[in-house]
Amino acid sequence: MSLLEVDGLRVRLRGGSGLRTIVDGVDYRVEQGEVFGVAGESGSGKTISMLALLGLLPEGAVVEGSVRFEDRDLLGLSRSRLRAISGRDLAMVFQDPLTSLHPMLTIGRQLTEHVRRHLGLDRRSAERRALELLAEVRIPDGPAALRAYPHQFSGGMRQRIAIAIALACRPKLLIADEPTTALDVTVQAGILRLLDRLRRENDLAVVLITHDLGVMSAIADRVSIFYAGRVVESGAREAILKRPRHPYTQALLDALPHPEAPRDQKLVAIPGAPPSPGNIPAGCAFNPRCSYTRASCLVDVPPLARVEGRELACPVDPFAER
Amino acid sequence: MSALELRDVVVDYERRDGGRVRAVAGASLSIEPGQIVGLVGESGCGKSTLARAAVGLVKPTSGSVVFSGREVAPLGRRGRQRDLARLQLVFQNPYSSLNPRRKIGSQLADALATLGLVPASERAGRVRELCELVGLPAAAVNRFPHEFSGGQRQRIAVARTLAAEPSVIVLDEPLASLDASAQAQLANLLVNLSRELGLGLLLISHDLAIVRHVADVVSVMYLGKMVETGATRQLWDQPLHPYSEALIKAIPHPDGNGFLPESLPGEVPDPGLPPSGCRFHPRCPYAFARCEAEEPPLVALAGERTAACWLQPEGGPAASPAERAKLVAGGGVE
Repeated sequence: MSLLEVDGLRVRLRGGSGLRTIVDGVDYRVEQGEVFGVAGESGSGKTISMLALLGLLPEGAVVEGSVRFEDRDLLGLSRSRLRAISGRDLAMVFQDPLTSLHPMLTIGRQLTEHVRRHLGLDRRSAERRALELLAEVRIPDGPAALRAYPHQFSGGMRQRIAIAIALACRPKLLIADEPTTALDVTVQAGILRLLDRLRRENDLAVVLITHDLGVMSAIADRVSIFYAGRVVESGAREAILKRPRHPYTQALLDALPHPEAPRDQKLVAIPGAPPSPGNIPAGCAFNPRCSYTRASCLVDVPPLARVEGRELACPVDPFAER
Repeated sequence: MSALELRDVVVDYERRDGGRVRAVAGASLSIEPGQIVGLVGESGCGKSTLARAAVGLVKPTSGSVVFSGREVAPLGRRGRQRDLARLQLVFQNPYSSLNPRRKIGSQLADALATLGLVPASERAGRVRELCELVGLPAAAVNRFPHEFSGGQRQRIAVARTLAAEPSVIVLDEPLASLDASAQAQLANLLVNLSRELGLGLLLISHDLAIVRHVADVVSVMYLGKMVETGATRQLWDQPLHPYSEALIKAIPHPDGNGFLPESLPGEVPDPGLPPSGCRFHPRCPYAFARCEAEEPPLVALAGERTAACWLQPEGGPAASPAERAKLVAGGGVE
């Protein structure tokens, strides 16, 4: 059995006139010690589908489907039971650590509060654990860092501290939402290496949400490509990024500059823009932007089907020979 | 004559405690008509301050900024000089640089009216032309900024600078916060504008892959100084400065190979307290005694390249920092 099993997850949020479907039937598995990458353009439902697991959705959200984490059904838990699990076994880091860290509290206070609350440690052992954590994420001079405030650190260091807080109670699953998007490439590489080490040494499972396929390619073992609230393609990193089969995955890769591209070769932008929730086209949601659309694509929602070691939601399958 | 030339620009900021910080510590750069110059470096290296100095939004403490043969006067109480209108700036966040309460058409018409470039009767037509130039539908003129995607908004911001019939546009992180497809679209647009209208562009970005794709020439900046400049392809294929090399090695590739990019240890130091000698030496894997003691000058190397590194002697051949470091260790370089 997998550490996390998500089946038929559907999330509707209140907006404009009534409920709008943001995540529309998403399935995935995350194994222990694995980095599971979730990619797609902004607005594809990547983040909302993860916030749903932690019960962090805005008031009035409707969540359906099943989410099993270590054999517990997260969606069936009361808010307080979910609180007890999230933060301990399940933790999350966000894109901007400056907004997720409290600006007025010392790093020490934020780190120890967390372990004292969830693990019931006394002050002294909590402080020892805090120092361990800072060393683990490679923050130099731990004792001084404990007395410092978030603004005294650089963006990369703050993200390391946010990861230290998330790791405080030795979670089994870490959800990282665009953790390197706001960082310089040099610092990004450090964070990716840190996540990779945690996965190998601590057997930590990581769900990595990113729009950057380069980041995905660096550390994800398996990837799912989201479009308009659904998974369109899913499978092993190498298969999906080297031999994409869904026209959307291919288009995402084509939009990126290629190191060996000849001079003045144009980048290939995907025509149009991703649909907004409440305005999802009938049939395959990608059909208005796709170069392989057939009549059936305008009518039937393509199911995510297992084909040769991957899952694909495109019956046209124009790159089948791959 | 260069379209825009920055020579030994120094910009000091005053700190609240009265101390001074040298954000730009003597940087030179020139942009020719129709050329795209990329400026890269980690945050805090002074890229944005240099961009502001380039268009006259901050006053350089010393050095000069020359635009079409005339010194750029820093912004004063009277507003910007009229002839500086042909030197434009695009900001990172188009949502804060566009007025949320006014339709795109009227914002573009305002730009035309202020500059008096087009008679009132022809403004509407010119506004439609501007939209077309950046690939927006004519119907865009009747919509508000929030009705557009991030990529479209950034193209609107570019259209507004085009209203001034510029010869140089400085773009400060225009691609940040856009999805890959929107980035591709904007990058293509910038290349087209530069080629078709002969615009000189200074593209500041921390997205190195895009810079490599669109820039003709790249300058690498570290802690207020240029450390290397060269033709994009050459610089990428064989970076001569250890910092350029570290930046390039840190880029992840979407090739599915599971290759972890190299991280560069340490951080950009406080520009108020720059390290002695070469500013990069505390983070440099090749640093030797001289690097800590003396600051290397920016020198010309073979192939119209420049670098500021003790490993690269003036007029020397293009050789990677590792190769040069072996020579230094073997006593082959003074």
